[in-house]
Amino acid sequence: MSAKKDERSKGEFLAEAEDILEDLNQHLIHLEEMAVGGTFDPDIVNAIFRGVHSLKGLSGMFGFDKVSGLSHQLESLLDALRLGKVEINKQVTSTIFTALDRLKELSEDISRGGVERAETADVSAMIDEVLADGHGAEKKSPIDDLEIDKSLVAVLTEYEEHRLKENVKARNTIFLVKARFDLTTFDKDLTTLNDKLKGMGEIVSTLPSSGMSPESGIEFNLLLGTKESEEKVKSEVEAAGIEVVTIKYKSEKKAEPAAPTLRSLSKTVRVDIGKLDRLMNIVGELVLSKNIIAQISKELRGMQGFTGLAVDLHKASRTLERKLGELQEGVIEVRMVPIGQIFTRLTQAVRKYAGEVGKDIELDTFGEDTELDKLMVEDMSDPLMHLIRNSIDHGVESPKERARRGKPAKGRIMLNAFPKGNRVVITVEDDGAGIDHEKVRRVAVDKGLCEESTTLTRRDMLDLIFLPGFSTSETVSEVSGRGVGMDVVKKNVSKLSGMIDIETEIGVGTKFTITLPITLAIIKALIVEVSADTFAVPLASVLESLMVTRDKISTIEKREVISLRGETLPLLRLDRVFGLARPEEGDFLYVVVVGMAERRLGLVVDRLVGQQEIVIKSIGDKLKNVPGVAGATELGDNEVVLVLDVESLIDEATQRR
Amino acid sequence: MTKNVLIVEDSRAMRGLIRATVEQMSGFTTYEAGSGFDALKALPTHRFDLIITDINMPDINGLELISFVKGHPQYKDIPLIVVSTERSDEDKRRGMALGASGYLVKPFKGDELQELVRKVIGE
Repeated sequence: MSAKKDERSKGEFLAEAEDILEDLNQHLIHLEEMAVGGTFDPDIVNAIFRGVHSLKGLSGMFGFDKVSGLSHQLESLLDALRLGKVEINKQVTSTIFTALDRLKELSEDISRGGVERAETADVSAMIDEVLADGHGAEKKSPIDDLEIDKSLVAVLTEYEEHRLKENVKARNTIFLVKARFDLTTFDKDLTTLNDKLKGMGEIVSTLPSSGMSPESGIEFNLLLGTKESEEKVKSEVEAAGIEVVTIKYKSEKKAEPAAPTLRSLSKTVRVDIGKLDRLMNIVGELVLSKNIIAQISKELRGMQGFTGLAVDLHKASRTLERKLGELQEGVIEVRMVPIGQIFTRLTQAVRKYAGEVGKDIELDTFGEDTELDKLMVEDMSDPLMHLIRNSIDHGVESPKERARRGKPAKGRIMLNAFPKGNRVVITVEDDGAGIDHEKVRRVAVDKGLCEESTTLTRRDMLDLIFLPGFSTSETVSEVSGRGVGMDVVKKNVSKLSGMIDIETEIGVGTKFTITLPITLAIIKALIVEVSADTFAVPLASVLESLMVTRDKISTIEKREVISLRGETLPLLRLDRVFGLARPEEGDFLYVVVVGMAERRLGLVVDRLVGQQEIVIKSIGDKLKNVPGVAGATELGDNEVVLVLDVESLIDEATQRR
Repeated sequence: MTKNVLIVEDSRAMRGLIRATVEQMSGFTTYEAGSGFDALKALPTHRFDLIITDINMPDINGLELISFVKGHPQYKDIPLIVVSTERSDEDKRRGMALGASGYLVKPFKGDELQELVRKVIGE
């Protein structure tokens, strides 16, 4: 190969190399998403393998040895992966990602000066390490993975052993059925047991033994391979003298890694989210119809009592409700994905951006398995990214500064997600400099977002961050300056009917807490009446509801509040907010307490109607930005009601003018 | 005293062949079982001096039968001869590992079987 790398050959190499690297990057993102979800699409690994293989050949042809060498190593890793000799995990995907990054760097070197500058020794070592871990795997028989008594395996014929392996490969559960029968009746009893088991799966083997008292009985140990659940098998089979034991697998991952084949062995289906949205809409419409039917059923009962048609309709309506509930749960479940999907993206981004601003930061993630509606997960991606960028930019200090403060050189950002009741909580926490609320106030005043004279609690000052137009960065850095302010983060969270809260301590760190409902489309709501109008309050935001007497309301600085268990709860009269006619003042008021932690508010309503499941529908673009309203829904009697946006109502109530 | 031999084999033709071969020798009485299961039922019916068993049988296979016999306080001293197909070396090996006294590979000659039977029973 010619040592002279002239311009034209360099150009040709680069054009193709860039295409390949771009494709590989796309594939790798998909691979990571799948790895988090626990599945493994052999086609994607194959595609990556082929890409790297091409790159190897290409670079070899043009004399770019570093690219060629690294590609060759990466190719070995991918080959081990697709043949199942190496299991896919975080270390593996991270290694592949790093190798691809390095290949990109080398490609850029070539583009700039024609010479490969970047080093590859460290990546090379990473690949070696992963490959070394892997080689043990190929020697294992799938049966070795079963926690099964050797004596049971020793009596299998080769054919039966093969059948057992096939069952393991098919990810069937292996059960050990231990039966003890009387000597006089064992033939009948065993036949009966056999018939039951054969109806559920495959009897791989039957081992008789004399057991404890051979004069009176005979024992059988049967191995059953089946897809049925433990409950099902036990309920079918367990009786006096018959016991079912599940044979566990030693490793977590049960599936035998896929051999290269055209047919995908993955047991999942990729579905376009649009199709799921349509399904969800249909379910939503069914819910409306169900509500109408329930209403009619109620009226019929009112008219003719609990007789005749009314009874039939009532029963049918209840069944419909039950089944619809199951269908709804099913569709919601299908849409749920683990939030870990975006965590991996974020982890990679952190490494990159932290490096760019010269800080040493690590992102720790917890709760990757916490599930959320797919769309919500997607919508949270940007806000979380922005919060993290903020932490990197303004939160975590430079290594020098951290040393000065006696903090470890490596900054830590923790990303956590966990379910809490019918909500999901996501927190972003750093051990950085914290937010100086005085500084925040000063900036807000400078920007005219707030009056100098207004008294603010510490909490209020922090909330100023969420006002549009607020930013404390003097230089709009490459990293966080893409026009995504904290106000957009809050709006995004609000749009999902969620809430965001800040906790911070100067010198110690900052923690953002985002609370979201698990799914958006169909939610439970509290229906309330305000001055002859009806509203729906998302139950996820409701803390409690109270009945108070008029005299319990006091006024502090022109705002109405009540005392709730020793704490002051500000009130908001919904009739005033929405400009409705002031109702007849009775002695009692109903207060719906909404919010989270310290940001709480008591919504004053006239009547609590009840709880109901509703489908939130958009109120259209023109009305989208009306504060206080999240959408609209239709209740059972064709009544259209507005769904309240709790977060913005809390803003409304706590705003200082 | 006559020696009782239990022949366990799911192929009827094979069973008949083995039976005929054994009965050619004087002093032997043969009994048949068409499956491991039938063998379990047959065991208590006579005092057996030898069991000749195939390996590959549905439900309870020959290996499992050997294991049962060898583990049973009453039957553990009954010697067993394993009869297996040519292809399965492994099955034969496992049978021996479980305590069989001898093996024959199908197809085998009549006098091979007779010689083995005599050897195992010790005459």
